[in-house]
Amino acid sequence: MTDHQPDDNNSEGLDESRRDFLKHSSLLTAMALTPSTVLKAASSQWDERLAGAFEKISLSLEVNGTKHSLAIEPRVTLLDLLREQLALTGTKKGCDYGQCGACTVHVDGRRVLACMSLAVMQEGRKVTTIEGLAGGDTLHPMQEAFVKHDGLQCGYCTPGQIMSAVACIREGHANSAEEIQEYMSGNLCRCGAYPNIVAAIMEVKKEGKKL
Amino acid sequence: MIPVEFDYKKAISVEEALEALSSGDSKLLAGGYSLIPAMKLRLNQPSMLIDIGGIASLKGIEEEDGQIIIKAGTTHNDILNNDLIKTHLPFFHEAASMIGDVQVRNRGTIGGSLAHADPAADWPALVLVAEATIDVVGTGGKRNIKAADFFTGLFTTALAENEIITAIRIPIPANGSRMVYLKFENPASRFAVVGCAVLRSSDKKTTIAFTGVADYAFRDTAAEQVVSGKILDTNTIADAMNAAVYGVNVLSDNFASEDYRRHLAKVYLKRALQAIA
Repeated sequence: MTDHQPDDNNSEGLDESRRDFLKHSSLLTAMALTPSTVLKAASSQWDERLAGAFEKISLSLEVNGTKHSLAIEPRVTLLDLLREQLALTGTKKGCDYGQCGACTVHVDGRRVLACMSLAVMQEGRKVTTIEGLAGGDTLHPMQEAFVKHDGLQCGYCTPGQIMSAVACIREGHANSAEEIQEYMSGNLCRCGAYPNIVAAIMEVKKEGKKL
Repeated sequence: MIPVEFDYKKAISVEEALEALSSGDSKLLAGGYSLIPAMKLRLNQPSMLIDIGGIASLKGIEEEDGQIIIKAGTTHNDILNNDLIKTHLPFFHEAASMIGDVQVRNRGTIGGSLAHADPAADWPALVLVAEATIDVVGTGGKRNIKAADFFTGLFTTALAENEIITAIRIPIPANGSRMVYLKFENPASRFAVVGCAVLRSSDKKTTIAFTGVADYAFRDTAAEQVVSGKILDTNTIADAMNAAVYGVNVLSDNFASEDYRRHLAKVYLKRALQAIA
């Protein structure tokens, strides 16, 4: 008996995966040919998995002062929501694993990594991206300082650097070059513009404007 | 990469989270900074995430009966900036300042870190030397797990599948106690290649723990015995270094070979003991 058991399990496994495959393929075919049939099937729970494919969660959040009511899949990150659905491509996808800081945004005033936050976790929160800093054509003081001090070369990390830099001053951690280096350590710049980034932050801090 | 599909539920109370946790292959989501990257790599594929980030009773730091109680959902940054921690547990303050970067500290939680049990995480060494208790609740009721019994393997703890960490209770060290946490950090991630925590009371009772060294953080009882009750002079510290990390299966990876890591552990123990001597 015990000799047969693994085989039985195997055949069950095959059946299971065949069933899954059929469901997937029926989903793909249906999507290509008759979307209305798929929706009907989903609503009548003819195929739970099919319905699952359409399962989205409602989400209300505020981005740069604009309120959004959306329906999204739970697996969408805040970064992908911003870039792919709200067309706010200023926030960059660097590593996508929380190592580089290019996707830094502010959520309820705190700097966080958009690539490691699910969009659905932001219900009711206020998000500020690089697009939300400038007032029309008037650059934010930190943006001006980055331009003045040449705080970038290729520019890919710059939106994240600037969002972190603004937070760094607000948090009260921009009192010396060493402190700025420590509190900007979550944002990498592979071009090596670090000295100029520090100079830009020190200047904005010195000006003492409310950020 | 994008994680496989999953369902999402936002729990507003521990009871609600427990109920959801008992159904199927679900996982708790706190800060998400360890879980979400693991799911993107598809190392982890839960069918449902239960978001406990909005549960108010899981946040905050209190003092009660000679203990500091850190609720599980408290972020590293909130621990860093807390006055009770600065006053009573300065090495927790110090350790919090060394975790990742500000963005990570704004989202990561102490409960999440303990439950995840990364072999190179900082908090495990601290809760071990402080002889903390981990409060957990499950469908079967409440339990209080001693830190010494909590870490059981690589990314493995004494938590049952249907249990949630609610708080970490840390006895306030007696007046005159000295405490320190030192680490040799990975310069990119700031995880500990080797981390050493030491707590020593004025009557010279000493606890020592290492993180980053083995599959999971551990108390080094052999080194503790060498220094407990003795004055921390050069000879005693040398004896402690000799005794430390004995019989431990030391990790070896790209950052540090087994020999180098073992050496680092002894050096960091020396520096930690010198710092509190």
